[in-house]
Amino acid sequence: MDKKYFPFAIILASFSLLSGCTDMSSTSVRDKVLVYCSEASPQSFNPQLVTSGPTFDASSRQIYNRLVEFEPGGTQLKQSLATHWEISGDGKEYTFYLRKDVTFQTTDQFVPTRHFNADDVLFSFQRQWKKNHPYHRVSPLQFRYFGAMGLNELILNIEKLDIYKVKFTLKNPDAPFLATLAMDFASILSAEYAAHLIRTGQPQLIDNKPVGTGPFQLVRYQPDAFIRYKPHPTYWKGKEKLEGLVFAITPDPSLRFARLIAGECDIMAKPLPIQIDAASQYPGLITLSEAGSNVSFLAMNTTKKPFDQHKVRLAMNYAINKSSILKIVYGGTAEEAINPIPPLIWSYDNKTEPVPYSSLIAKQLLIEAGYPDGFKMDLWAMPVQRTYNPNAIKMAELIQHDLEKVGIKVSIISYEFGTFLEKIKSGEHQAALLGWIGDNGDPDNYFSSTLSCAAARSGNNGAFWCDEKFDSLIQQAGEKSDIDVRTELYLKAQRRFNQQKPWVPIAHARQFILLNKKVNNLQLVPTDGMYFSGVTLSAAEAETPLPGVE
Amino acid sequence: MSIQSQFYQQTRVPSTLARWWRHYKRNPLALIALFVLIVIALIAILADLLAPFDPARQFTDSIHIPPSWFDEGTTTHLFGTDYIGRDLFSRLVHGARLSLSLASAVVVLSAISGIFLGVLASFSNYWINSLIMRVMDFILAIPSLILAVVIVAIIGPGLPNAIYAVAFVLIPHFVLITRSAIVQETSKDYVTAMILDGASKSRLFLQSILPNILPPIVVQLTLAFSIAILEISTLGFLGLGAQAPHPEWGTILSESHHNIMFAPWTVAIPGLAILFTLLSINLVGDGLKDAMEPRQK
Amino acid sequence: MLTNISRLLINVFSSFFVLTLFTFGLTHFFPDGSSFIYDPSLSTSLFPDVSLTMHQQELGLLEAYINYVTHILSGNFGFSSVRGTPIMDDFVIYFPATIELAAAALLIALVVGLPLGIYAAQHKDKWQDKLIMSGSLIGYSMPIFWWAMLLVLFFSIILGITPVASRIGFEFDIEPITGFMLLDTLLSEKHYALDAFKSALHHLILPAFVLGTVPLAVIARSTRSTMTDVLNADYIRSAKSRGISASKILWKYALRNASIPLLTAMGLQISILLTGSLITETIFSWPGIGKWLLEAVYRRDFAVIHGGILAIASFIIIIHLVLDIFRSFVDPKLRRKQ
Repeated sequence: MDKKYFPFAIILASFSLLSGCTDMSSTSVRDKVLVYCSEASPQSFNPQLVTSGPTFDASSRQIYNRLVEFEPGGTQLKQSLATHWEISGDGKEYTFYLRKDVTFQTTDQFVPTRHFNADDVLFSFQRQWKKNHPYHRVSPLQFRYFGAMGLNELILNIEKLDIYKVKFTLKNPDAPFLATLAMDFASILSAEYAAHLIRTGQPQLIDNKPVGTGPFQLVRYQPDAFIRYKPHPTYWKGKEKLEGLVFAITPDPSLRFARLIAGECDIMAKPLPIQIDAASQYPGLITLSEAGSNVSFLAMNTTKKPFDQHKVRLAMNYAINKSSILKIVYGGTAEEAINPIPPLIWSYDNKTEPVPYSSLIAKQLLIEAGYPDGFKMDLWAMPVQRTYNPNAIKMAELIQHDLEKVGIKVSIISYEFGTFLEKIKSGEHQAALLGWIGDNGDPDNYFSSTLSCAAARSGNNGAFWCDEKFDSLIQQAGEKSDIDVRTELYLKAQRRFNQQKPWVPIAHARQFILLNKKVNNLQLVPTDGMYFSGVTLSAAEAETPLPGVE
Repeated sequence: MSIQSQFYQQTRVPSTLARWWRHYKRNPLALIALFVLIVIALIAILADLLAPFDPARQFTDSIHIPPSWFDEGTTTHLFGTDYIGRDLFSRLVHGARLSLSLASAVVVLSAISGIFLGVLASFSNYWINSLIMRVMDFILAIPSLILAVVIVAIIGPGLPNAIYAVAFVLIPHFVLITRSAIVQETSKDYVTAMILDGASKSRLFLQSILPNILPPIVVQLTLAFSIAILEISTLGFLGLGAQAPHPEWGTILSESHHNIMFAPWTVAIPGLAILFTLLSINLVGDGLKDAMEPRQK
Repeated sequence: MLTNISRLLINVFSSFFVLTLFTFGLTHFFPDGSSFIYDPSLSTSLFPDVSLTMHQQELGLLEAYINYVTHILSGNFGFSSVRGTPIMDDFVIYFPATIELAAAALLIALVVGLPLGIYAAQHKDKWQDKLIMSGSLIGYSMPIFWWAMLLVLFFSIILGITPVASRIGFEFDIEPITGFMLLDTLLSEKHYALDAFKSALHHLILPAFVLGTVPLAVIARSTRSTMTDVLNADYIRSAKSRGISASKILWKYALRNASIPLLTAMGLQISILLTGSLITETIFSWPGIGKWLLEAVYRRDFAVIHGGILAIASFIIIIHLVLDIFRSFVDPKLRRKQ
């Protein structure tokens, strides 16, 4: 070969190397591993410590079980680690009979020597409940959900009656208590593992290297990259058919969609509306959708100026053009929110009048409130998509535009999701675009978690709104068991909310998920969240490649 | 007079500037680049006249309209619209103003402080000199973008802070170039002669050295300008620089990259704008270098 | 030789001194005062070694600094203020990923850039030269975040011939041994080790090409200018006049003499590559230090930012030391100095 052409030969050779690598034969390994493109890294592998969906998806929903759980795809309760239970006549004592022969997972750190029993239940709750529990302060994160549900005050005693029998005694009757126990933070951890970690001097591993009774166990986690699970071989409901489960952590929705199209993922979390439209062009993709039990809202920090003024909050409600948000951010798939709870939750107030969009009224209200020239404010928007808000930044931009018309200058602030939540909870914001996904189908879950005084103290109440009248209404409603009485009280609570306007309620979103045809048995739940137990992959479909964009 | 001028052999020595220009215009690519750069600068200056719409105005009925040369495009929106219906052309035009003025601010800030430190280092005693040079070496050792990102992380994201960060990381280049040019010049005989004549340090610097170290500094200015544009837009892209809805080019890209598959023009066109600007600045820089330091060619 | 090495060592020590002074000073600029590693909520029995800066408030500045440097020299870079894990642990996981990517990028840049530069120098001022130089100037001016997106759109999404993101197909569970995916797949005892290796290589190509774009352009440009100088040198002309074949002149005389300035230029590539890795890793979801540092910035995890910059700068100091030593062996001028 003439030396003159040497450089070109090298380039040619490197290109042929490149193309040589491309005809990779798809291996059979891929057909037994389910890859889920998730939207964020979990904050922890302990569901007790957090309130964020990605953490629950990564921990409680795959690794752990609870005493009672929801029916797949619903909010009906069914037995799980508790085989049955008794409730005393006054509604204050709950006795649970525990399932026998349930094994905990064996990991690199820990080999269980006994089956699940009452000690594990005691450990799991006492860690969150008792301030002097040796594990209470192991994590810098706090047990916010436990506090937000009011359990610190509600629970009087947890007792081990015998090795498979546990009794919870409550201060007052609490209608949603069973549903509360089915929630993620009530997952059951291993007391034996905890004791083992104390002995080895690494108690923090309990939150990072989880051991549960659930269908999958953690193999490897690389923050911001992936989480790898394998089936729990002696899972009490039977071993899963999948050989592996991988969460590919992909915060960027366009990258998630690209990965789904390229077949690198089988399931894509939280598609953008525009991607849902486009998915129909790909014969290999399916869209799953489900009415969402959620609400998206703009919370105004009522402890900070100027949102301590009722008129300013009202003005904000008038100044924001919700219909344009519904169209642009949600692609027309969501419905406008006028109450703090979605219509599919009982006790929804149908009589609430929607606040019309009117810059004029808003301007007038601002003048009355003493802000004729408007003011400057921070609006916090989370960087990730949530079911209730597919693009908070975009929503913030639209709101910024609307508010500018009434003289309010908005600067948009965003942090990585975990940090964002922490900062919101410590009340650093003036106003924030937040949302709530109901976890148990009970209206109390919305009111207590996001608008109660207890939630204002724990930081889950983004408006830090603590209204005595509202709080006593929802407290009363929580203690009653008669549904008509409760409905009446919740309607009153909603009227109080709508009169005080701590939020600008924005939307109730439908939840969507895109998946490859080869995924079977995946069910969406109205309470959001991904459960991969029982999901299978059909190998035959995997061979047909997906088409590219033309 | 006329007799004298005919009497002696006459060589017309063109001014330095004219000499540079004569060298510069021999390079056609550099000429074209200069022209393009002037056009971009004019666009930036005349942004208000050129842009058909307010860059923040949202046409909520026309979202993701393709550029006008596509079948679905309209003539109202030359480059189409973005995901909330803002006119891309208007945003780019205003973005040119933003990007160029930010980069100029960065260059001015870092050039002034860099040249000052460089002069200080070369006319100071050993210790101050080594201290300055050590610190500059150190700043240079850390990759500039990483340093800028860290600075922004500490002082908080946003436009002014991004400017400070980028200006900061560009300082060492000016210090090093100023100092090495001064050291090179001061070793020359004419400077020694002036020192022997008893010229003061300031006189020495202003009258003799400064004019002679100008060429490398001018070349460094263009280089710094292109780095500044690139880094400001990168910070914008990473969400650490200009914040939405500022029409900064990197911020536009970061906002629209979600829609790359559905509205590729919202990504392609702003990127091209950055590329063209950088390319023409770098070509001008190359041309200047060749024109001012022909020996190096 | 000895004086050379001692000079280099003095250089390294003074660089490290300035670096630690800088990062030590940095910790005082962090928001929330000095809470990053000595956050009281972290200073339970959990982290027996949080002492890195925990007692700093009670110590004098000099003592605190000495304490700080001692910890750093013993490899304790502090703890993530978000996750509570040791920063060194993270660095050990993420750093090999970046090195792997950067090495591949540098390889592409060298394999393509060097021949192009030589070729351009041989055809100086002809159309080949102009074409290559314009191309390299475009590469040099490329905003790589945009370039990366375009390439992903074209090669991964439209053509579907390269993977979209990450280091390896998710079906492969590879135990991290060295941290270098290409090595780990080969060391793996899993039955799919070879497929995993192919998958890792396949995933490497596009990000490495993106990251290699700017270095490629720089290498082509500097090779050309160095080679032009060398090819114009008297000894080459005399070699030509003696009728030595062009290829022998190129390989035996010109390249050897051009290698020293090129080696210096290579030192600069490290900085370019690390800068580029911040963006490339983010776009390709490549779990390396660039992405790690950026995520820390988004999370405002100042302990990681601090540890990360310290580690990156130390790495650069070491690379420059190695390059200097290498150069002192290769460069006859430096060899003779002693």
